[in-house]
Amino acid sequence: MSGEKKKWVGSSYKRKEDMRLLTGRGTFMDDILLPNMKHAAILRSPYAHAKILDVDISEALKAPGVIGVVTGEDVKKASKPYPCGVTIPTKYYTCAVDKVRFVGEPVAVVVADNRYLAEDALDLIEVDYDPLEAVVDIEKAIEPDAPVLHENIGSNIYNHRFFKYGTDWDTLCQEADEVVKWKFNFPKYAGSPIETYGVIASYSSFENSYVVYNNYQGPFVNHALTAMALGIPENKMRWIIPTDIGGGFGTKTGIYPYCALMSIVAKKTGVTVKWIEDRREHLLASATCTDRVTYIEAAVRKDGKILGLKDKAMDTTGGYIRPPEPGCAYRSTGNHTGAYDIRNLDREVYIVATNKGLTAPLRGYGCQELYFSTERITDMAAAKLGIDPAEIRFKNFVQPEQMPYTTATGGYYDVGNYPAAFQKCLDIVEYDKMREYQKKARAEGRLVGIGLASVVDPSVTNIAYVAIGKTIEERKNERDKSGSGEAAIVKVDPLGGITVICSTNPQGQGHETVISQIIADEFGVHPDEVVVDSVLDSSDRLYSITTGSFSSRFASSGTTAIVRASRQCIEKAKKIAAHLMKIKVEDVVMEEGKFFAKDKPEKAIKLRHIAGAAHWNQYDLPEGIDAGLFGTSLWTMPTSRPPDGKDRVNSSNTYGFVAEAIVVEVDQETGEITFLKWASVHDAGTILNPQIVRGQVLGSIVQAIGGSMYEEQAYDEHGQCLTASFADYLCPTAMEMPKVDVDHFESPSVLTALGSKGAGEGSSMSVPPAIGNAIADALAPLGVVVDELPLSPSKIWHMIDEAKAKTN
Amino acid sequence: MADKRQVKVKVNGVEYEGYAEPRKLLSDFLRDDLELLGTHVGCEHGICGACTILFNGEPIRSCLMFAVQATGAEIMTVEGIAENGKLHPIQEAFNEHHALQCGFCTPGMLITVYHFLKENPNPTEEEAREAVSGVLCRCTGYTQIVEAVMAAAEKMRIAA
Ligand code: FES
Ligand code: FES
Repeated sequence: MSGEKKKWVGSSYKRKEDMRLLTGRGTFMDDILLPNMKHAAILRSPYAHAKILDVDISEALKAPGVIGVVTGEDVKKASKPYPCGVTIPTKYYTCAVDKVRFVGEPVAVVVADNRYLAEDALDLIEVDYDPLEAVVDIEKAIEPDAPVLHENIGSNIYNHRFFKYGTDWDTLCQEADEVVKWKFNFPKYAGSPIETYGVIASYSSFENSYVVYNNYQGPFVNHALTAMALGIPENKMRWIIPTDIGGGFGTKTGIYPYCALMSIVAKKTGVTVKWIEDRREHLLASATCTDRVTYIEAAVRKDGKILGLKDKAMDTTGGYIRPPEPGCAYRSTGNHTGAYDIRNLDREVYIVATNKGLTAPLRGYGCQELYFSTERITDMAAAKLGIDPAEIRFKNFVQPEQMPYTTATGGYYDVGNYPAAFQKCLDIVEYDKMREYQKKARAEGRLVGIGLASVVDPSVTNIAYVAIGKTIEERKNERDKSGSGEAAIVKVDPLGGITVICSTNPQGQGHETVISQIIADEFGVHPDEVVVDSVLDSSDRLYSITTGSFSSRFASSGTTAIVRASRQCIEKAKKIAAHLMKIKVEDVVMEEGKFFAKDKPEKAIKLRHIAGAAHWNQYDLPEGIDAGLFGTSLWTMPTSRPPDGKDRVNSSNTYGFVAEAIVVEVDQETGEITFLKWASVHDAGTILNPQIVRGQVLGSIVQAIGGSMYEEQAYDEHGQCLTASFADYLCPTAMEMPKVDVDHFESPSVLTALGSKGAGEGSSMSVPPAIGNAIADALAPLGVVVDELPLSPSKIWHMIDEAKAKTN
Repeated sequence: MADKRQVKVKVNGVEYEGYAEPRKLLSDFLRDDLELLGTHVGCEHGICGACTILFNGEPIRSCLMFAVQATGAEIMTVEGIAENGKLHPIQEAFNEHHALQCGFCTPGMLITVYHFLKENPNPTEEEAREAVSGVLCRCTGYTQIVEAVMAAAEKMRIAA
């Protein structure tokens, strides 16, 4: 099916969502108003690490308009800690119990008539804290004398694992001509969607059930885990996600604890409770990516061939570990060696507790941390060997004739032509010419650098990766987990109109539009005629634990579910058509929305008439056929298998490719960076809607620029968060976005119905290493080494200053 | 808790009368009291620009003003941009150039651009970029927004 020319899919059909969003008629979380709704505000810890000796709520309860107060004690009684995929006994409750472990951790919740009154009452709660020493540095946290966050664990190690794939490291080093090693630091930054988290919860004591509106982006595994934490059956907890979510970027996978917390609050106070997070709360306590320290070594041959990698990656998930962590370290297992044919890998992973805010997947989940180290060390190896950074990449790419290619760690790359896609990127940026330009600029004393990155962009995670956090032995006692299922319902109403109910839970990616394009092609109708309902209601939508929008699932698994549901519906329509026309089903042809006998195209009947028969004359249907006309699918990719007995796992299901080539100039006097040229080439398989894909790529680029240069959730050594407002946490504005030439190299996936792979995250992974490599290249003449992000102008200025001081 | 004061404002040509405590933010008054939910709140500290409205013809951040300060004022919010059930050329251009994804920043963007193109109907790309730089968008990467502003300017010049 892939590769076939379509009428609507592949066109830049204008977004349908825009009509409501442009006119102020979207339905976002804070736009939902329910009868008798009351408002919650959360008291949060001012300390990074402290014992809670006492919480006195008596004054707060007397404050005007206050309905009730919930504390950690209540939460402890009403729930269990969240289950998590590590073996240590974790104790993550949604509100601090006995102890606080990061600044911003919830300590109590006030419910009042309005938000102003609830916030007033927060000031009246007296909390008696016994402050403890905090630890924020990853490596210090695992030293034996570090303050321990969780006494029941006894150390700050949430998870620690070793992996070996291929030849033993020492043997490999003997074969190698050089072993290049370095240490890299990757920062903690966030998606910071402009819409913050929001929850409305209510409880009915008569049915012992909850209704929770929230702007969660998935995965719905956390719906199940929240029910487990609350100790109720999953079907007694109805989640409703509104039509519009104001951006997600992974950050909104971190809402689920608040769904549990507000459920507890609604039950205790007996009212419907609305909580809209404010920006300060969001920056302090929503979720960021993990910050990571990586020690990495590459064993290379003189000709540039990378024989193997050895790395020790140490992530921190902050004060607690919660699902889907430890995914930060394991989600990229299958693509750990990226676009290169590297068969040997020696890996050590630490997930560490520190007194910092908690984490969640962030656009690119775990891959930017990984590729910052692997792509930087690739450049360092090239420099050491005196090879051009482009050449070392060509030397190591998995070749097109090796496809399908199974990586050393179990990833299954179905298609791709990395050398050709990379070459395209070099051509667009005019690589050779830019190297000449750089030579001249350097001769004039200017700091010009060229940064490359070439990475594999994994999409549609297979939840099996989470199991890798446990050893093979530990996994033997557990049931296997696997899957990537996505659901769709396509129904034709009695008058022939088509409605699609998708479970993909979009946050601005234009699913309504793309689904309409797909349906238009499948059924031969106009996209405007199709209605798509993207509300996700757990009580009446098909969903599974993998439901949601994350890991760029829509373009691959979401669209395949849509196509399968459509074709199921069309098959049924053909049966009814055959019955009506009194011919064999095999002889029914469907074209442009019309059904006819192969040899009598002039006697066609329309979908509308078939739907009419299915709904209005239910008696006269072929035998064994239900009334109505609809199709459903909950499709999982056949490549989503559990990990094997050698710690190999196909951790994603489609694998795209991204090449980035960035030319920068650094101002010696100010440290300011100017992007002179930028090419970004993506293999996202078949492009479903070019304009939407372009938007996804540019959006991931600006976020990656933020993480690489401006954004960081920063802490002082006592664990105080230094970036609790947008005045300190700096998001790029329009002025920081350079001109980027975005282009594509399409190799359609053979695994998905339309050949598409994911496109929304590629540059989130490739831009941080490419910017790192570009600035490293620019500063190389000064002897400056770039091994951390974000590279803000002031940091660069300091680096230049230090280097100059050394040489003087 | 202080007494509520009367607030009389004209929003998108309609007269409204309400009561608000002196500390109530204008953004909250628009949303909670007038149920004009088009104006979005992203930070409540004046940086993101999502809450931008026109206040007596000037763009302001409604999260930085109290409702009581609005008495007697004429306000325009995103709901007032389209007229007679038809999109304004700026809205059309945003749709044509894919200048919005989640749409949460969009009300602030549209109002900002609406004012900007009134002041500067023939902007350079650099001017357009600077004009929208006061509103944060986490989705689009801004490129398509700038393209839309340029296209809208042209549409409006032709129509004028
Ligand atoms: S909400 Fe007013 S500027 Fe952000
Ligand atoms: S479109 Fe989502 S923040 Fe701008």
